[in-house]
Amino acid sequence: MIDTQEEQMARAGDHNSEHAENVLSVRGVTVGFGSKVILDKLDLDVRRGEVLGFVGGSGTGKSVLMRTILGLTPRRSGTVEVFGHDLDRSSEAERKMVERRWGVLFQQGALFSSLTVKQNIQVPMREHLDLSPKLMDELATLKLELVGLPQDAADKFPSELSGGMIKRASLARALALDPDLVFLDEPTSGLDPIGAAAFDQLIANLRETLGLTVYMVTHDLDSLHSICDRIAVLGEKRVLVIGTIDDMMKNDHPWVVSYFRGERALRRI
Amino acid sequence: MAFLEKNTPPACACESDHDVLRMRLSGDWAISTAAKAETLLEGLKLDPRQQVVIDVCNIGALDTSGAWIIHRLRGLLEFNGSRVSLEGLSEKRQVLFGELEHHHPPVFKPERTRISLVRLLEATGRQVVAIWHDLLSMLHIFGSLGMVLVTVLFQPKRLRGISIAVQFDRSCIGAVPIVTLMSFLIGAIISQQGGFYLKQFGADLYVVDLAGILVLREIGVILTAIMVAGRSGSAFTAEIGAMRMREEVDALHVIGLSVTEVLVLPRILALMLALPILTFLSDMASLAGSGLVAWAYLDIPPAAFLARLQEAITMQTLMVGLVKAPFMALIVGLIACVEGLKVEGSADSLGRQTTMSVVKAIFLVIVVDGLFAIFFAAIGV
Repeated sequence: MIDTQEEQMARAGDHNSEHAENVLSVRGVTVGFGSKVILDKLDLDVRRGEVLGFVGGSGTGKSVLMRTILGLTPRRSGTVEVFGHDLDRSSEAERKMVERRWGVLFQQGALFSSLTVKQNIQVPMREHLDLSPKLMDELATLKLELVGLPQDAADKFPSELSGGMIKRASLARALALDPDLVFLDEPTSGLDPIGAAAFDQLIANLRETLGLTVYMVTHDLDSLHSICDRIAVLGEKRVLVIGTIDDMMKNDHPWVVSYFRGERALRRI
Repeated sequence: MAFLEKNTPPACACESDHDVLRMRLSGDWAISTAAKAETLLEGLKLDPRQQVVIDVCNIGALDTSGAWIIHRLRGLLEFNGSRVSLEGLSEKRQVLFGELEHHHPPVFKPERTRISLVRLLEATGRQVVAIWHDLLSMLHIFGSLGMVLVTVLFQPKRLRGISIAVQFDRSCIGAVPIVTLMSFLIGAIISQQGGFYLKQFGADLYVVDLAGILVLREIGVILTAIMVAGRSGSAFTAEIGAMRMREEVDALHVIGLSVTEVLVLPRILALMLALPILTFLSDMASLAGSGLVAWAYLDIPPAAFLARLQEAITMQTLMVGLVKAPFMALIVGLIACVEGLKVEGSADSLGRQTTMSVVKAIFLVIVVDGLFAIFFAAIGV
């Protein structure tokens, strides 16, 4: 389902025109470690049903921002609202509800090393829901196949998997509860081009069928071109530009130019 | 759309019209309601001869879990011989069901563990083999340690002085406060307990003999070795284990460095230097503790305590204890490194090997102490 540029433009336009609801909104977030400020008064909105690609140079704080949104890294100021709930002020029950509705794929996979892949996928189901073991097993296998892993991977331990398989298994765990919002930290890095294309296709499919919203930190220009509705560029401690891929191609900030119209970017065409 | 904050429970209305059964599904069919949906469909009694139409157009929210439950029902009905069709699918949902049709999870098998004699025997056999392998790998490390030591003799530069110093600092100097404190208390307790019983025979002064010989020959070195096994042995296992988990040990191999030379030798040498020193300090602290209690509890003044001590023990008594220390250190260090190198990819295995390292080290320390006792008795010391 690799869309043409026109279709993507139309889709992005759709979102703009219907004034889509924000699933995630970040306002004035400042994060720093010691005397070093990583993010300074950063604002960001993610709309329902869109795939937002997040790019930025190494060490500009893409992962820090994702961890801040997830509440893993403390911030100095600002608010983060997910599904309209401010996680600082929400009750325990509200927080739990939000946690059920998001799924996270960490950069290194972060699978629980003492559990098999199947058990890893079932962890969120066991924690949050009361399903029969049969259904849980079937759903785990289904998720496994959805992300393109063979069934015999189900009973393997993470240490027995290759890097790409860990990525996929971790995505399967992120999708275990059929979340509304998934955070993907460099999902296609370490995958072969065919695998990466299948991954993109999968994300696009899930978005089409389930109305998934995707927040994706990526450096994969192919993903950015093929599935991202909007792209945000992180630089100078804030969101430098945000817009469609065409906006990026037209932008004349030096970093954006060298990223989207640099030697590597042009060679792929 | 999967996890709605408020969801309507799934419902199913069946109407039979001649030989066509129409199932109207409504409500939300999502993962949050999946348990209800499953019980709802299990409760249905369907006639296999009927043709079934599943009408899904009134369904609110639908996600992969809900779709799977419907898909599973359809599969089951078809297996029983009914003709089944889905009606009212929007285009998006068609894609979802289309996706599901590619997947055929294996038949569900609940996990069962059986307790049987064969299994017990098998486990015992495996244990025996594991112990044999442990022994082999200890000998392996011991052998390569010997090789490395010989190389170091000819090329003293390859001895990693800084690394040894760092390990020595951690395992010896860092351990001094806790080892001396513990020994001081043990010495005091021995003195008090011994004094309590010896007092009844008017043999108070023999407390000095008891404490002196017991502490110097046995207690000092054993307690210190156990403390070091728990403190430094576990640290060695965890360090080397974490390095194995993150492929650092493999990196050493590839760069062409010997793991024994870089990781094992400095640790074991540092420990073999540290343990005699710690044992000596522990001996002194125990004697101080015991002397203090003798003074306070048994009214033996320090001067009398020291005079009696000089009669009771000789240099040999002290040496019997100290001579054991490097051997204990070697055992603790070897086991710690062997267990560390056995760690595999999971956090679970790191924890297991660290536990095993401490347990085995303490056990072997006591066994070796017993062997030394036999040896010293045989040579008449």
